[in-house]
Amino acid sequence: MEGVIIAALLTLMAGVAVALALQRNLFSVVVLSGAYSFLMATVLVALDAVDVAMTEASVGAGISTVLLLGALYLCGGEEAKPLSRPWTPLAVTLVIVGALVYGTLGLPAFSDPQAPIHVHVVPRYLNEALRETGVPNVVTAVLASYRGYDTLGETAVVFTAGAGVIALLRRRKRDR
Amino acid sequence: MRSNPILRVVAKMLIPFMLLFALYVQFHGDFGPGGGFQAGVIAAAAMVFYAIVFGLPAARRLVPDRVVESMAALGVLLYAGVGLAGIALGGNYLDYFVLARDPVDGQHRGIFWVEAGVAVTVSGVMLKVFYLFAGRGHGLDR
Amino acid sequence: MIAIGHYSYWITVLLMATGLYIVIARGNLVKKLIGLAVFQSSVYLLYIAPGKLIGGTAPIVAEGFRVYSNPLPHVLILTAIVVGVATLALGLAITVRIREAYGSIEEDEVLEADAGAPGCDGTP
Repeated sequence: MEGVIIAALLTLMAGVAVALALQRNLFSVVVLSGAYSFLMATVLVALDAVDVAMTEASVGAGISTVLLLGALYLCGGEEAKPLSRPWTPLAVTLVIVGALVYGTLGLPAFSDPQAPIHVHVVPRYLNEALRETGVPNVVTAVLASYRGYDTLGETAVVFTAGAGVIALLRRRKRDR
Repeated sequence: MRSNPILRVVAKMLIPFMLLFALYVQFHGDFGPGGGFQAGVIAAAAMVFYAIVFGLPAARRLVPDRVVESMAALGVLLYAGVGLAGIALGGNYLDYFVLARDPVDGQHRGIFWVEAGVAVTVSGVMLKVFYLFAGRGHGLDR
Repeated sequence: MIAIGHYSYWITVLLMATGLYIVIARGNLVKKLIGLAVFQSSVYLLYIAPGKLIGGTAPIVAEGFRVYSNPLPHVLILTAIVVGVATLALGLAITVRIREAYGSIEEDEVLEADAGAPGCDGTP
């Protein structure tokens, strides 16, 4: 039953993404991207990734849509028609799709407990996290304690992006 | 939109709950889904909602630019400071088990301050970016 | 029900291809950034789908549950989502500046305007 729900949601996501590619009005594109992020958050809950789903819903569907609408207000307009039929990009995309599908045939089957992803360091995290850190949410324990350096780098990245946007968009006060 | 009474009243009723929910997500990130990033973004979203309904100058009066810019930097400094505290108390950088007598208590303390730093930076950056985008059009970024 | 098999991987590949097509085939800068966001989210799916175990639960240790889904991809993708929105914010800031400098956000119009203008290194 879970598999059917996941498959249905994934198909819906693919439909929204294709509609997003074909749409030309920029406002519709922004609204469709918000809908796509919400569907992504639902699929993530169905895949048991609850922390990631909350982050995707708030960041992807919330803040991204606000930023896109703000930029659209400042830039504005319809999208112009593409000048020539885009055969070369389509051909490149199809070649890449073929190569990737061939590659996925070698990946482990969905929900296989013997897959390599489950057997190296993760059993240690799941068994020892509550005892060593006292925090039941293993994702928070790994994020803040076992892999704290990565989170420090990520916080620095967020700060750098903020500093970059300030440097780009700040207006100097001029005497009028 | 300030003149629309429905929006004004609903915003005044909802925004405290949104901020409270952000704090809930922050502090209960240990026991359920949540943590610093989600809490920071929800707090920024509450302030964005206030700015949309009551106008950008009112939001800038409530949370001035200097406060928001300082928040963005203070979060990273807090995180790095927890690491330095680990060195000062005898361990390596970002060691949590030296922060208290009992190693598990030290882990709790370390995770608490680290998540707080993350939430402060994320909410500061998101709100500042919104101020910049929204204030660019009509010279409101005074 | 494991019959879903490789379906999640193929949907991931389709989303990746859609995002890539939007980035390389569309000229509007804002739409390119949205295509980049679609591409990035397909990568999230690529990481998290293999970590799911049917019959398991979210990786929060609690009484009565013995099978948990893999928490490690969740950690990596949390970082990736936040970095993605940072990239989007910077890209949109540059787009706003391009619009103010060239008057348009279509890639070919910007390149034409640039080709006719004096170069930064002093060539006319």
